[in-house]
Order: sequence, then C-alpha cells, then structure tokens
Amino acid sequence: MSLPVEEKLKLTPLFEEHLALNGKMVPFAGWNMPVQYTGVVDEHKAVRNSVGIFDVSHMGEIIVTGRGALDYLQGLVSNDVAKLQIGQAQYSALCYENGTLVDDIIIYRRGFDSFFICINASNIEKDFAWFKERCPKQGVHLENVSDDYAQIAIQGPKSRELIAKVVDVKITELAYYHFTEGKVLGVPAIIARTGYTGELGYEVYLPASAAAKIWRGLLQVGHEYSVKPCGLGARDTLRLEVGYLLYGNDMDNTTSALECGLGWVTKFEKNNFVGKEALLKQKEEGLIRKLVAFEMQDRAIGRHGYKVYASSEGENSIGNVTSGCPAPTVGKNIGLAYVNQAYSKLGSQIWIEIRGEKKPALVVKKPFFVHGSAQG
Amino acid sequence: MQMSYPNGLKYTKEHEWIKIEGSVATIGITKYAIDQLGDIVYLDLPKVGASFKAGVNFGTVESVKTVSDLYMPVSCKITEINQTAIDSPDCLAEDAYSKGWLVKVEVENIPADLLSASEYENYIKGGN
Repeated sequence: MSLPVEEKLKLTPLFEEHLALNGKMVPFAGWNMPVQYTGVVDEHKAVRNSVGIFDVSHMGEIIVTGRGALDYLQGLVSNDVAKLQIGQAQYSALCYENGTLVDDIIIYRRGFDSFFICINASNIEKDFAWFKERCPKQGVHLENVSDDYAQIAIQGPKSRELIAKVVDVKITELAYYHFTEGKVLGVPAIIARTGYTGELGYEVYLPASAAAKIWRGLLQVGHEYSVKPCGLGARDTLRLEVGYLLYGNDMDNTTSALECGLGWVTKFEKNNFVGKEALLKQKEEGLIRKLVAFEMQDRAIGRHGYKVYASSEGENSIGNVTSGCPAPTVGKNIGLAYVNQAYSKLGSQIWIEIRGEKKPALVVKKPFFVHGSAQG
Repeated sequence: MQMSYPNGLKYTKEHEWIKIEGSVATIGITKYAIDQLGDIVYLDLPKVGASFKAGVNFGTVESVKTVSDLYMPVSCKITEINQTAIDSPDCLAEDAYSKGWLVKVEVENIPADLLSASEYENYIKGGN
C-alpha cells in the first residue's frame, strides 16, 4: 500500500502543540494540519458525548469597516446582512455573477459599521482579491487579518461548562449564532456560539501569539470533562453527519448556491447582489441537478469523486459523490452527491461506482444525525 | 506486546508483510501502516483463484478518512481470504501479523527486492 508524501506547507501557531500531542499531521488546503491524535472515531465520540477542541487557525478572517460597509456587503453576499444585529453571526454564500460559489462565509456584526468575516483557508487570497475588486473607493475599509488571528473551536455538550471557566464574560446566555467579545484566560478574544459539528459549541478568535497558551489552558481546565484535542478527520465526520457542506468538496466555482442547497441563505427579496440574476433565472427554470444526501446499502464507502448511476447496469453517470465516510454516531456509511433532479427525491435508489463495481445507495433526508446539542 | 516488525517475515516498501512457507505465503500490512491509517473500517480483497504479478494492486484498505491501495509482494494465485478481517477490520490494529492477515497465496515467483525486518525498519526511519 502507499502512504501520502509530505509537501511544503504553512503552519498554524499551534503546530508545536500538535506535535507534542502526537497529532498525525497531513496537508490540508496548503496547511500542515492534524488529521487525528487518538483516532477519528474516538475524537468524534468525544465531541458528541462531552467536549473536544479543534485548531482551526488555518481559516481566514477579513475585517470590513466604514460607513459604506453594510451596503457594500449587501451587494456582495447572498444573505440579508441588514437583518444582522450587532453581536449576531450570519452564514452566507459569496457568489460569482453566474451564481456559482466563491466561498461560504460567516459574517459577524461587531458594530453598526463594523463586520468580521470568517472565510475558508483554501480561499483566503482569492476571497480577499474578490472583496477588494468590488470595494468602493471611499467609505469602506478592508483588512485581511488572517495571519493575526488564531481560531480554536470548542465543541460538544460540555463545551459551555468548559468555556464558562476560562472567560470573563457571561457566556451561559449567549444564544446560538451570537457572539461576545471578552477575555479567554486573560487574552482578548471574539467568542462566538457557532460551530461545524451539530453540537453546542464555541469558536474563539484570538491573537495568533496567544494561541498556544489558550490551547494548553483549555486542555488543562477541560480535563474534568475529558476534553480531547480533535483533528480534521473528526471535524469532517462530525460535519457530514449533520449535513454541513465543505467548500472544495461539496461546492465550488462550478456549483451554484441553489444546486448545493444554499437557497436558505439566498435572499432574492433584497436588492441586487452578485449572482442574484443568474440564481433567480435558475430558480424559475428549475434545477438540473441537486446535492443530495445518501446512505450506502452496502458495506462499501462512497467517497469524493466517485460516479453515481441510475441502475446497477447503467452506463451513463447521473452525478458524482462530493463527500462520503463511515458515520461513527449513525453507524452507517453516508455521503453527499450531485445527482440529476429526477433522482434527487427522498428514497430514490442510486448506484455508486466503487473501484469498478456499482454499489447500491438510497437518497435520504439531511441531516443524518438529528440529535445534536447545537441549538439547545 | 506485539513486535513492530517480526523477524521471520519479509516486507515491501509499500508496507505489506509476507510470510513465506514453501510454496504458500500469507500477506498482510504492517503495524506501521495501520498506525498511519488510523481506524480501519473496510477491506476490499480479491476473490480466491485470482492471479497477480508482483507489484500490482490487489485490493484496498480504507480508514475513516482514506483509501489506500494494496500491492502484491509476489507473483501468485489467491488461495484464501481472511473473512474475519473483512467482517471486523479492527482485528488488523489488534494483531497485524497474525489475526489481521489479509490473503493466503500460492507463490509463483518471489522478487529479489523484498526487505528483511531490519531493512524495513531502517526504511521507515528514513534510512537507506
């Protein structure tokens, strides 16, 4: 068998911590990241049952300020930024003119004219260039602060108890998709009740220089909740169980916001935004393909890039798998795939070609795992 | 504790081990490879009777996150597959060199470049 070859990669401020914890490092989006420490399944279960912490410092951050900031963002992103209260976070699509995706982002409103935006690691340069190109000459100030910030995600039903012990602000009443600014172990931070696991959780944005101190502090304080450091492996199985999309796998510059199911953050009633016209046309004409959730009916695992067929003898592919893995909490092999609209209905039988053999799968309802603590 | 690289076996740079007993051999993957992969969840092995040349792909091993190809260390014909390993891939991590074997074969030709335990260990450590 063959094992992956190492590449020249960027390091987060927590790189030494990962090595000290025996993290198995792998290339991801140009970064050298821990894929696991004790094992994907073990870490996955820690997050579902208690609490885990993730280094997500590879993610990028852009600050948008100035009196024109709101209007500017309204014209750029698909969701309705005007609905965003100060102290609230909002998930949004960032589209090209043709409705396909530049990125999926989270916007935090820090003040009337002040926004903090979290973007995907692989898209930092591309997104910032996109923001800059469309920025008015006056009234809006943009800053790419990706190198200044580290980000740690604290996720799991015990995350609130853990974080309450390290912050100087009242965290117990922080609502889902809201954030506060305070200190974590004495270090100024943005503390958001957001996450990518389906569990109650927090994402903390910190100065990069303080990341290692906070990381070690969280592991120490979290000892009584059996906190575990978690890698990208568990991050992927957790997010897939709750049906969250991953940019670069489930959506990219070839898939429209509607095809991948981001219609819920696409607000046609607001004034023009980049991609609106194309998406509206697509909505009126109907979609040709859609991203669906599937469950394997066989022990094989349908993975990214595998082709989908309408029958076991079918010769013409009707789509392709974008994500797939064994789901530790659900106990099934699950995934997401683009299929022709005709096969996108719940209960549709599809076939996934795995190393030359077509294996049966069923189109099922998202999410695969419904009992997460995220919104509780 | 299980030895990392038992002496009686031969190894490949692709991390398979092979135990040759006359014209019959047992093949598996090394403890090192299993540790690198993490939780092994699925094995795709060939059918009894299939023939392979040394160095060609004969199956796959999947962890939660990855799919890795298996390469045949010798030219051979498959005589038996380990159904226990297919049913519970966990047994590879528990016992890589005994319970976690993958296939048994009838050996037709053994390449000269198989590694000894010490050569394999040296290879893993980045030596020559």
